[in-house]
Amino acid sequence: MIGQDPIAAFRVEAGELLEQIEQGLLDLGHRLDDRDLVDAVFRGLHTLKGSGAMFGFDALANFTHHCETAFDRVRKGLAPATQELVAVILSAQDHMRALVDGDGKGLEATGDAILARLQAAIDGAAGTPVAAVAEAPAQGWRLFFRLPPEAMANGSNPLMLLDELRELGECKIVARTDAIPPLTDLVPVECHIGWDVELRGDISRDDIDDVFIFVMDDMELKIEALAPEPAVETVSLPVAANDAPPPAEANPASGRPAAKAGESVRVPAERLDELMDRVGELVIVQSRLSQLAHGSAVGSEMALRSISEEIERLASELRDTMMVLRMVPVATLFGRFRRLVHDLARDTGKTIDLVTEGEATEVDKTVMERLADPMVHLIRNSCDHGLETPEERIAAGKPASGQVRLSAHQQGGEVVITIRDDGRGIDRERVRAKAEAQGLIQPGQVLADQELLQMIFHPGFSTAAAVTNLSGRGVGMDVVKRTIESLRGAIDIKSAPGEGSTVTLRIPLTLAIIDGLLVRVGEGRYVIPLAAVEECIELSLEDDLRSRGRSFITLRERLVPFLRLREMFETGTRPDPHQKIVVIATGAERVGLVVDQIIGSHQTVIKSMSALHRDVTTFAGATILGDGGVALILDVVQLVTLGQHQEERLRAAG
Amino acid sequence: MTASILTVDDSPSLRMAIRIALTGAGYAVTEAGDGVEGLAAANAAKFDLIITDLNMPNMDGLTMIRELRKDPAQCGTPIIFLTTESDDAMKQQAKAAGATGWLVKPFVPEQLIKVSRKVLGR
Repeated sequence: MIGQDPIAAFRVEAGELLEQIEQGLLDLGHRLDDRDLVDAVFRGLHTLKGSGAMFGFDALANFTHHCETAFDRVRKGLAPATQELVAVILSAQDHMRALVDGDGKGLEATGDAILARLQAAIDGAAGTPVAAVAEAPAQGWRLFFRLPPEAMANGSNPLMLLDELRELGECKIVARTDAIPPLTDLVPVECHIGWDVELRGDISRDDIDDVFIFVMDDMELKIEALAPEPAVETVSLPVAANDAPPPAEANPASGRPAAKAGESVRVPAERLDELMDRVGELVIVQSRLSQLAHGSAVGSEMALRSISEEIERLASELRDTMMVLRMVPVATLFGRFRRLVHDLARDTGKTIDLVTEGEATEVDKTVMERLADPMVHLIRNSCDHGLETPEERIAAGKPASGQVRLSAHQQGGEVVITIRDDGRGIDRERVRAKAEAQGLIQPGQVLADQELLQMIFHPGFSTAAAVTNLSGRGVGMDVVKRTIESLRGAIDIKSAPGEGSTVTLRIPLTLAIIDGLLVRVGEGRYVIPLAAVEECIELSLEDDLRSRGRSFITLRERLVPFLRLREMFETGTRPDPHQKIVVIATGAERVGLVVDQIIGSHQTVIKSMSALHRDVTTFAGATILGDGGVALILDVVQLVTLGQHQEERLRAAG
Repeated sequence: MTASILTVDDSPSLRMAIRIALTGAGYAVTEAGDGVEGLAAANAAKFDLIITDLNMPNMDGLTMIRELRKDPAQCGTPIIFLTTESDDAMKQQAKAAGATGWLVKPFVPEQLIKVSRKVLGR
């Protein structure tokens, strides 16, 4: 059992349903006459309505009911599927999401507005006459029924059916035994008895049908009323109020609450089986070990060693299996962007094709969730700044519709995600002008192309000439960069004028385990994430003394600042005679860390720091070493920033 | 004696909802996550009623119902399947497979209890 809170479980499932509905609607937008898609969307709405009602989300159930009704008309061919309808239901779907996440208070106006638009979209469907049967009170009924022969074997009990009829009213029952075969042919589980029943009282035909509902299709059933037949009259059922206020157009992409369903992961059963196998083996080895512990000492050393090797193998396999359990395909992430691109295309008046590749690539669930926001920024940038309007594109000799291509693939221990557009590329002149205006570079300063492009990652930097609804509020790329780096990933940007831009994100496969470099500073041991380590060099005693006061080394003709961890951590110990500098880097920035000893590489399971230590910025977490000791994991991004500050201070000092 | 009911559904939230509704009505409920588990549970203990979804991984509801009906011990055990309105063909197939009745998804707890009472007679 995943959890005991049905409401939480419903929210998770509703989120998935809404996602399905959204995908269906977006596909439907491209293929309006696809019956399967109409059915799929209808089923999604239908299930959502039903489960909503089951879990007490009445506002959701009511609202969804109207959408379902509208869609049902499309499904039955009474109304055509149109772009307007798809657009309205898409915004309705956002509203449903809000209803799922909240209690629906204060959202009634939005809901009514959407319903009014929905009404308009299925044009003139108001007051469609629906034939309804109005029942005249009946005196009673005379009926005969005989169950199909296999009914009893299939779990229907005729005696219970008779009991139900008796509950309806005054009842006279006579059994007909004429169809019973001779004893030699009689099959004990088959029922051949029929019953004549006379029911008296104010009983509706529906009540009788309800009794036989499960056997109705195959049974013999004759019903005669003891009263006049019910009359047919026409009533009209308006779908929604027509005089609702004009719809308040919410921005669906930004008005959408972030997914909260992060606490559960769907795992394919075979992966759990694999995990179970490993655990089973572990139990066997454990029993071998305890046997050894209690048994005689003869030859025990060899046996112990073999057990130790076995456990080592199992532990690494368990680790691998466990990591795989946390992996989810990026398809779910990419899927969310289809809606985004759809909305962006509508808002900007551009034609945008979204192409995705490598959707099967798997990423750690946590990583994926944290990737969503930066990717939204990047895709917005591509659509808003990168791609040109159709007229501009045609003038530039390009196809009228722009393309945004998302691709993912695995490369070693990293997942590489690229966001590529075939737009106008980054305008170097504008970047330069902006950087100069912000004082980031000196006017006329010579910069490599790559360095110039890096400017866009500076806080407060935005080149959008006009601040649109979509982007250009001056927050963005720096936040993106920070988020990616907090995932221990890297971001890289390439851009060719007139041909488009490519942003490449490199993200480690998992956050839980990293390869680390174990070092010693004073008495303490620390882990430096190996991915950030560029090289290790020796800091001779003379160099150390010479560099007092200005902590820089020259590394391949570039000055690299370094930090003496022994001083930073105030270990109070004497420096080792052979200190080492570990050079770490994020992006293009490098910094050296002076340590006393490099112990070696270490597979590090990251434990996060307690709430009490959340303010400590130099460390990213802690890990437990083989001997039971604790080693702190250094926060590379923080240390590099610290080192860069030191460099700036020195530059400022001249 | 309390009637014991086996519910087979791959959706944990639906299973939970069913369990809460049925235990609230005084039934004893056992859960299974798919057809294979359902079959194993039905072989391990005798149930007065089996409620199953049709679309499930590993073994779907139809196959499970057919397998159950092959077993003489399950002769006459009521089996209710859960279906959606649009699945009329599915309904026919499930009935042909030997199901007793159905419950149209979505349903409210009262409907579930009503159907259970109907086929159990208590």
